[in-house]
Amino acid sequence: MNSDPRPLSPHLQVYRWQLTSVMSILHRASGMALAAGAILLVWWLGAASDGPEAYAGVQGFLGSWVGRVLLFGWSLALFYHLCNGLRHLVWDTGRGLELRSVYASGWAVVAGTVALTLIAWIAGISHWTR
Amino acid sequence: MAPPLMRSPMRSPLGRAIGLGSAKEGVEHWWAQRVSALALVPLALWFVIAIIGLVGADRALVVDWVRHPGPAILLVLLLIATFYHGALGLQVVIEDYVDNKTLRFGLLIVMRLAAIVFAARGIFAVLKLSLGA
Repeated sequence: MNSDPRPLSPHLQVYRWQLTSVMSILHRASGMALAAGAILLVWWLGAASDGPEAYAGVQGFLGSWVGRVLLFGWSLALFYHLCNGLRHLVWDTGRGLELRSVYASGWAVVAGTVALTLIAWIAGISHWTR
Repeated sequence: MAPPLMRSPMRSPLGRAIGLGSAKEGVEHWWAQRVSALALVPLALWFVIAIIGLVGADRALVVDWVRHPGPAILLVLLLIATFYHGALGLQVVIEDYVDNKTLRFGLLIVMRLAAIVFAARGIFAVLKLSLGA
């Protein structure tokens, strides 16, 4: 059927990773993670409104290692989706679409995500141990 | 003189002016996604700062916090914007990756309903904490 020896569309396993494509994939992945995180928020609010026992259950989960790793991942996803979302909103105005700007804003988003996540956790931990 | 074939659109002038293409929709979705994204920028930042302030707080402190109108209103707005924006995003994900039409249709409905249910649950919790005894 395919007698034409033209190259096919990119095979993902031989496709070189690029910042732009990885960030695009991560935007969608972080969005899906945040949708799951939103359910955690509802669980937390619901438990707080249900009473001390339900609330203790959520706090127990969030205080566990699994809970903390999830919270860290969720905060990372939130800051990434926020920063990269702002990048998308700027693109939507027709600005910053040259290849150089796309890479510059991409690295800025990576740096901003790491910085905001670190600041949030340092602030949280220092508030906790105060 | 008839226009060259390449430049002769199959679409009527009215169709071109309306400019919706064959899909007939999508512009509203695009706009709604952007506007809800803009709304979520300040709401998400406020939420993160508020949560940092609540680290290590017991239930009484959290309840006291939600009892104030400011946090209660912002939480309700956050829940609405989050689940609205999330449903718009998940819709695109489902449309992109789920090939089977029946499954896609079913998943879209389940996802939408789930977003509404979770948002309602969260809003109810906030109102109960804020207005209740």
